[in-house]
Amino acid sequence: MESFVRHTGTALPLRRSNVDTDQIIPAEYLKRITRHGFEDGLFAAWRKDPGFVLNQPHHADVSILVAGPDFGTGSSREHAVWALQNYGFKAVLSSRFADIFRGNSGKGGLLTAQVDQSVIEALWTAIEANPDLEVTVDLEEREVRAGSIVAPIDVDDYVRWRLMEGLDDIGITLAHVDAISTFESNRPSFMPKTA
Amino acid sequence: MGRTLAEKVWESHVVRRFEGEPDLLYIDLHLVHEVTSPQAFDGLRLSGRGVRRTDLTLATEDHNIPTINIDQPIADPISRAQVEALRTNCAEFGVPLYSLGNVEQGIVHVVGPQLGLTQPGMTVVCGDSHTSTHGAFGALAFGIGTSEVEHVLATQTLPLKPFKTMAITVEGDLPTGVTAKDVILAVIAKIGTGGGQGYVLEYRGSAIEALSIEGRMTICNMSIEAGARAGMIAPDDTTFEYLNGRDHAPKEAEWDVAVEYWRTLRTDDDATFDAEVVLDASALSPFVTWGTNPGQGLPLSGSVPSPANAADEGERAAIAHALEYMGLTPGMPLRDIAVDTVFVGSCTNGRIEDLRAVAEVLKGRAVAPSVRMLIVPGSVRVRHQAQEEGLDEIFIAAGAEWREAGCSMCLAMNPDKLAPGERSASTSNRNFEGRQGPGGRTHLVSPAVAAATAVTGHLAAPSDLVSIV
Repeated sequence: MESFVRHTGTALPLRRSNVDTDQIIPAEYLKRITRHGFEDGLFAAWRKDPGFVLNQPHHADVSILVAGPDFGTGSSREHAVWALQNYGFKAVLSSRFADIFRGNSGKGGLLTAQVDQSVIEALWTAIEANPDLEVTVDLEEREVRAGSIVAPIDVDDYVRWRLMEGLDDIGITLAHVDAISTFESNRPSFMPKTA
Repeated sequence: MGRTLAEKVWESHVVRRFEGEPDLLYIDLHLVHEVTSPQAFDGLRLSGRGVRRTDLTLATEDHNIPTINIDQPIADPISRAQVEALRTNCAEFGVPLYSLGNVEQGIVHVVGPQLGLTQPGMTVVCGDSHTSTHGAFGALAFGIGTSEVEHVLATQTLPLKPFKTMAITVEGDLPTGVTAKDVILAVIAKIGTGGGQGYVLEYRGSAIEALSIEGRMTICNMSIEAGARAGMIAPDDTTFEYLNGRDHAPKEAEWDVAVEYWRTLRTDDDATFDAEVVLDASALSPFVTWGTNPGQGLPLSGSVPSPANAADEGERAAIAHALEYMGLTPGMPLRDIAVDTVFVGSCTNGRIEDLRAVAEVLKGRAVAPSVRMLIVPGSVRVRHQAQEEGLDEIFIAAGAEWREAGCSMCLAMNPDKLAPGERSASTSNRNFEGRQGPGGRTHLVSPAVAAATAVTGHLAAPSDLVSIV
């Protein structure tokens, strides 16, 4: 996994709450068996509307998503993370993320930075006034900066370390394979087996 | 200090604990389906890893598959490729698979419990957010993403930070006609789609204890719709009776050992929850959603809400947006909402008890001419059971379509979907925009309300129907 220390780019103000993963990528796009090429499914239904914020030419090169509360609710599809990344997003800011989406993002290297809703509102206003506004999400310093806005971001310590180091979870776990074997040897015999 | 049910199950599965790191948790059962697994198997292949415990892993085909003409090749080439990828992967890695046509095939969350594979005190995961269903047995069960699927395949463990705990206590007797689905829709409306975020929910109280295992599964299934990854119910005699004799349940002396352990899986009297919510069962009534997330629901006797009455600007915008998408006007009685389609099925309400509830309403009645009704059993076994009981004849006589098992119109990955602008009453779990087909409009309901709605053509409860003498 690529490491993430900080990222600077332009941002998309998405004034919606409860953006569920069916909106991020509808089910019809989930049939592929690769990890690539999901950018066409990103917000597919909303993008059919010419007025949708992502369709605006002045937001063509965005790499940071600034969304309303409860982002990523619903289905566990990691395709939602891949769609955002394939499109070019490096970070999502929201005042509250759904658990599974946030976990998936951490595994795939997409930063989900939690900030107060007041910060989201300030960013929306600032970006709408100036779509070229440079926004920096700094994982090392644990803050977001945009013009005069400087605010702390809330991110789990362990996830932050993994992202900054670009570490693969499975490799970390397999270093403890002896502990797994020991645990297995003590499992009750009545527990079910599938085969 | 005492421990909660969730804490007991968690503690008994910690493989490794180290300050500043997530706990490494052992996984007792890993369920797999075709949509969230191909990239995980690919990852194993790329890194030269195998599946650590094929004997704790089980795959089934459910999301993509058709519910008619299942003896023919899957028509959609992309769906077919995904199902074939699962077959290839399971064969290559040695994972047991129940394919289309097998008597054990069905929706992953219906298959596990009916085989007796889901048992109290276990950890159960699947690349599907409705894995919370299995919490009905007192298991800690939650949905995971594809990276985690690969992690469990390779290591049979997951690194996880402990959840907080929330008690959802429902005391009293449910009024006649009020079901588990109505309870959970009311819970979600009360705490919101983010209310359970970071928590394991434990449903408790006399109304929960009185529910069947099927009803408990309906409740736990939709925990994720309240933002919680897992929901649990302490196992009791109802649980043990359901499990006893099932294919993978412990047998003979081991059964006694297991039950003795399972009886310890209760929240201690002196344990404390991080949050508590209380509902009065006697005050509940049939519940339906009007909007585009599962928290936007009201009693069937209510009316479409107005953005003008919203508590804040964010809620006002959310209501206005939902009403525009749903094509509804504020103040309209919910009972006046006419539907084109009624869908009965899904991991929420696709079990035998749900089909019985639908048959009870449909018996001797007809589906309204303006309505298409799809009844999709959650598994092949549920389908066979319904046919043994003659339920299929009631459905067909009423004018409903009786289909083969699968996820079907719950998420419309197969050909069963709403056309743009079409409106459904659905026993599934999500009313998101486009969930049942692009432009489709969904109202979440109980099986009983779905059946009554099919008869009248607009949202209705069985008590609205003229009685048949």
